[in-house]
Amino acid sequence: MHSVSSTVISQESPVTQSDWTPPKTQEAPAVHSVWKTSILFTLVTAVLFGLAYPLVMTGIAHILFPRQASGSLILNNGQIIGSELIAQSFTSDRYFHPRPSAAGNGYDATSSGGSNLAQSNAKLAARIQGDIDKLEKENPGKPVPIDMVTTSGSGLDPDITPDNAYYQSPRVAQARGISMDQVRSLIAQHTTQRQLGLLGEPRVNVLELNLALDQISK
Amino acid sequence: MSFNGWLQFAVYSVVLFLLVRPVGTYLAHVLEGERTWLAPVLRPFERLIYKLCGVQADKEMNWRQYAYAALGFSAATMVLTYAVERLQAYLPWNPQHLAAVGPDLAFNTAASFTTNTNWQFYTPESTMSYLTEMVGLATHNFWSAAVGIVVAVALIRGIKRTQSATIGNFWVDMTRTLLYILGPMCVIYALLLVWQGVPQNLHAYTVAHSLETPSQVQTIGQGPVASQEAIKMLGTNGGGFFNANSAHPYENPTPLSNFLEILSIFCIGAGLTYTLGRMTGSPGHGWAVFGAMFVLFAAGFAACYWAEAHPYNVIHGAVQARTATSPGGNMEGKEVRNGIAESSLFATITTDASCGAVNGMHDSFTPLGGMIPLVNIMMGEVIFGGVGSGLYGMLIFVVLAVFIAGLMVGRTPEYLGKKIEAYDVKMAMLYALIFCFIVLTFTAIFVMIPQGLGAMANSGPHGFSEVLYSFVSGAGNNGSAFGGLTPNWWYNVAMGFDMLIGRFLMMIPVLALAGNLAQKKSVPPSPGTFPVNTPLFAVLLVGVVVIVGALTFFPALSLGPILEHLLLQAGKLF
Repeated sequence: MHSVSSTVISQESPVTQSDWTPPKTQEAPAVHSVWKTSILFTLVTAVLFGLAYPLVMTGIAHILFPRQASGSLILNNGQIIGSELIAQSFTSDRYFHPRPSAAGNGYDATSSGGSNLAQSNAKLAARIQGDIDKLEKENPGKPVPIDMVTTSGSGLDPDITPDNAYYQSPRVAQARGISMDQVRSLIAQHTTQRQLGLLGEPRVNVLELNLALDQISK
Repeated sequence: MSFNGWLQFAVYSVVLFLLVRPVGTYLAHVLEGERTWLAPVLRPFERLIYKLCGVQADKEMNWRQYAYAALGFSAATMVLTYAVERLQAYLPWNPQHLAAVGPDLAFNTAASFTTNTNWQFYTPESTMSYLTEMVGLATHNFWSAAVGIVVAVALIRGIKRTQSATIGNFWVDMTRTLLYILGPMCVIYALLLVWQGVPQNLHAYTVAHSLETPSQVQTIGQGPVASQEAIKMLGTNGGGFFNANSAHPYENPTPLSNFLEILSIFCIGAGLTYTLGRMTGSPGHGWAVFGAMFVLFAAGFAACYWAEAHPYNVIHGAVQARTATSPGGNMEGKEVRNGIAESSLFATITTDASCGAVNGMHDSFTPLGGMIPLVNIMMGEVIFGGVGSGLYGMLIFVVLAVFIAGLMVGRTPEYLGKKIEAYDVKMAMLYALIFCFIVLTFTAIFVMIPQGLGAMANSGPHGFSEVLYSFVSGAGNNGSAFGGLTPNWWYNVAMGFDMLIGRFLMMIPVLALAGNLAQKKSVPPSPGTFPVNTPLFAVLLVGVVVIVGALTFFPALSLGPILEHLLLQAGKLF
């Protein structure tokens, strides 16, 4: 970068040095003072934005929105059973199942993430086709909603599409010995519409739906 | 594609448009040193910072001093982060007792956050303590964003001033940006995020006993997420508190939080176009730049949304068409609450800007849908862009555009009353060339060495795309990834330098240009002057961005996503 010297600038720029006076504020700070200021500025702003800001926000958040600030946890009989926002594993026929998960070994909330498999990867095609074929045995001839056989970005997607929930409803109704109508009306009650009627997609929270199921049939 | 999807895009665009003027005006007030309505509260802090750090607030700097301060400061912050990462096991707020971060990863991460890239070769929730997140990483989200903004403003001053040796005081600009712009916006924004469900605590991770089998334990990672999420998005940093980034329901729990997040990515970058028009006394020029950016943004979204809404052709027996209650399309790596439209919009915006946060996994996008983020970064992230860096990147293209317009009519090009001469064009070309030089060189090396090839998660053309994406994302200081790539020592070190060069070697020509423009005389516009406030200029600017960005990388793209798309259509898998 040294070739870009000030002489080059003045040669190529049509500025005549005589017809302007340099501003008074032009004196150069000494080199060592740049380092000193850099270090001091780093430390002062680190305290302000790295400690004071998050700690004060933690305090205010707990006063205004204590449930959300603590992770929207759900208590059942005095025990934390999970978070409303975080998918957990369900495998029994009696419960609705979340989407498949690529987080850790499945629904690992300390290792979120997606499969990162490309569409051109034979492993992805084989995995999805295998899952479809398994589900088709449950509901012969009925095509599977795509979100049922695709892993989410986080591996912790708490929601399924309403189509996915209705697809699972015959299995759940049969396993619990309750009517399809009961299950379907429960799904309708727990379907969250687009936010403000506009944003996102309609969805069903799996953990909340399963909790509601347990309330109508133990 | 659905009507609702396009409506979400339209509403987003309108809200963004409405924000441009108030945000841009406020930025101009703050950076021209005027008193703002927050002064009664913040002015004492401002004075205190100057006093504690020995800043002589009334002294201005020439471009070399400004660059030296920016580099010195960035180096100091990088050392602090490296130290905190290495020592986190001995420091407080480490409830999970996480061990020290290894030296190569600590270097990579420190470089990544210093350069506003926020590339993450680690799973944060099992690697970084709360203290490291707060003091080591979230701080950089403030610092590197502020550095980007002040460099852009220094360049605007260079354009505006005549026969001036100085372009502002780096420390004053930094202090005012942090105190009056980023700080207050984040306080409100973080609370909105908590309201929507983003956690903000310092507890140890929650142990939950699952509903189906209470003996089965789920450990749920938490932390001071909201405070970091706010500046992560607003400062176009993009480094997630969790590995899944904004796809994680704790970082982005609702469609409304998603809307706020994508809005905050563009908020300052779009506002700066107005600041440019206002500070240079040519509002029409600011809007022309805004228009050029918006056209490129809309085109990118349309292409990405179109590609992602397509069915996956090699599977059968699934409903992939959209229904009233299912988004259909390519849902691998996407969240139900976001669906296809919001995921495509997020991917486009995060790479138009140098943000790099993701709410869906780009690696699992369709070949063409995943090419859009890649192309956006390759065009230099000048579509609103990173805070500050997007505007100064676009101004480089503006210089090239007026130069090309000048060549067409055979006149010395002028830009807002300044003659654009050899030195200015050299600096602009240096900026444009450094980027593609490091990206293509590193990619070429890493697809030839076993350490580079072994890291790919997918093979075939997509594996090449993964490596290309990583170096593009690093040099562009984006930070999003085709995340399948597994880190190793080679990538940690190479990416570290890729990011540092992409940030600081490109920032120096910008400041040199600012210094050179500042000392020029102003020439009154003549009939031969090419006006820079017209739709014609916006079209020319779009053309220059596309030609320089896209053509440079077209051969590489044809080996990656384009080839992958053609083979996949023929049913060829790897």
